[in-house]
Amino acid sequence: MSPAWSGTLVLGIGNRLRSDDGVGPRVADRLAAAGVAAAEHSGEGAGLMAAWEGAERVVLVDATRSGAAPGTLVRLDATAQALPRDLLRCSSHLFGVAEAVETARALNRLPPVLIVYGIEGGRFDFGESLTPAVAAAAGEAARRIAGELGVVLTPEPGPA
Amino acid sequence: MTVLESAPGTRTIKVDALARVEGEGALYVRVRNGVVRDVKFRIFEPPRFFEALLQGRPYSDAPDITARICGICPVAYLMGASLAMEEALGVEVPDTIRRIRRLMYCGEWIESHVLHAYLLHAPDFMGFEDALQIARVHPGVVERALELKKLGNRILEVIGGRAVHPVNTKVGGFYKAPRKAEVRGLAEPLKRAVDDSLATIRLFAGLEFPAFEYDYTFVALHHPEDYAIERGRLVSNRGLDIPVSAFEDHFDEEHVKHSNALHGVLKDGSGPYMTGPLARYALNHDQLSPLAREAAAEAGLGRVVRNPFQSILVRAVETLYACEEALKLAEAYEEPAPPSAPVTVRAGSGTGCTEAPRGICWHRYDLDAEGRILTARIVPPTAQNQKQIERDLWGVVAANLDLPDDQLKWRCEQAIRNYDPCISCATHFLTLTVERE
Repeated sequence: MSPAWSGTLVLGIGNRLRSDDGVGPRVADRLAAAGVAAAEHSGEGAGLMAAWEGAERVVLVDATRSGAAPGTLVRLDATAQALPRDLLRCSSHLFGVAEAVETARALNRLPPVLIVYGIEGGRFDFGESLTPAVAAAAGEAARRIAGELGVVLTPEPGPA
Repeated sequence: MTVLESAPGTRTIKVDALARVEGEGALYVRVRNGVVRDVKFRIFEPPRFFEALLQGRPYSDAPDITARICGICPVAYLMGASLAMEEALGVEVPDTIRRIRRLMYCGEWIESHVLHAYLLHAPDFMGFEDALQIARVHPGVVERALELKKLGNRILEVIGGRAVHPVNTKVGGFYKAPRKAEVRGLAEPLKRAVDDSLATIRLFAGLEFPAFEYDYTFVALHHPEDYAIERGRLVSNRGLDIPVSAFEDHFDEEHVKHSNALHGVLKDGSGPYMTGPLARYALNHDQLSPLAREAAAEAGLGRVVRNPFQSILVRAVETLYACEEALKLAEAYEEPAPPSAPVTVRAGSGTGCTEAPRGICWHRYDLDAEGRILTARIVPPTAQNQKQIERDLWGVVAANLDLPDDQLKWRCEQAIRNYDPCISCATHFLTLTVERE
């Protein structure tokens, strides 16, 4: 029997070298460790549309920069509604995630189910660590996505 | 864009983000009594100190580390650093390996040119705010762009192991020979891509190009055997003809207060220069394929293009050439054994230069006897073009002072995008300020 998450692809978007922009890839790491098809993506829009081709259900996880408190978690059903364009502004190239989703909608290239988790970042300068509120939100996002997919997460390694 | 309250007769426009440009930058324009007084193209992306980061590391780290400078043109950095190390260490790379590198580089040209021309620059000419609006009105155009771009990525995957920051290349060649069946398998989609590129040229030929010309000093690589990408001497339309190793004798980088990226200038005092598609096209026109030359002529391009807004069309011509060249290389491909030339460590210095999609990207390294990097210097294309971008903007602003602020701003952004600037390479948002007094 195929697992509950069969046909699902989780894409963690961002750059691990720019502090909280790396939150998406870290959430993808947690889900990949639990056996989910999950990958890191730069967020370059055209590549993103190619990456989700053929998937039945896609979950994007990206850092947001909307002015909300760092760590604020939002879940959007992009299949049902347009993405607010000012929310996902953290990709380095400006044919980015929101543009890719809306362009795919115009071209009938959206996956049947597309869920976007946004986690508000606090810092986007050079650095490899998340700010505490964002790290906590990453854990929460991973648990919620795992719940949606019917997957049990492996416990997070404690601090060394 | 915000129009700020200001004194009567003075207009100040501030734009908080220039979209569709890679990296963080800003433009400041001051106009007084109808005369342009100041134009500053600022890059405030912080410098990333790659050169310092490389000191003390083994020679073999340079290609992969410098490739991280850019997610759009990593091949330019992989190749430039590899060529420099091979010169420093006296490594002879066989032609079979050079041809695979050229094939991979064609993939990067296709991917980068298509992304920029269709999705980032074309909206300016079509009166759209972004590619999404094109997709709604002309879905077939965006579909074609995505197909072409995907093929460019596919070439990088087949040769380099993945589309962004390829992992299969090293000093001397490749870790593993790309599989013959996979490389030959690129031929069929490349044949379709040749047709799609021709359609692209015809589409862009119908765009309206703002009237503007500049008597550029063009600088590009030139090689007697082909349209130079990964080898050649540095030449200009003013008589420069030097080996890559002599770059520092002829080119300088000036630090200017208003930018974190150094400005490229010629040491002979002649000022700024242009590198990239228009320079390559002007200096190597006769080495384009017959089909590319014919398509360029049909599109109304002369042998030299001095209107920078037509760079979008020249990128389309180069995309056609890259597809044809990649097709030729893929069809003739045999797996080289071994897939890389042997490397013996020694002390030395070496330089390398290749044609990144947006212009020449130059590297120099000095190594100690253990092959550790003593000094490194990288001169990326956008830094070299920066001063010329400012010169273009002076002209474009002066020629368009009658435009209302929002249209003038649009025209300036379009002029900056003529260079497909990779600001993060040179040092994500561009702020535009126009002051009219």
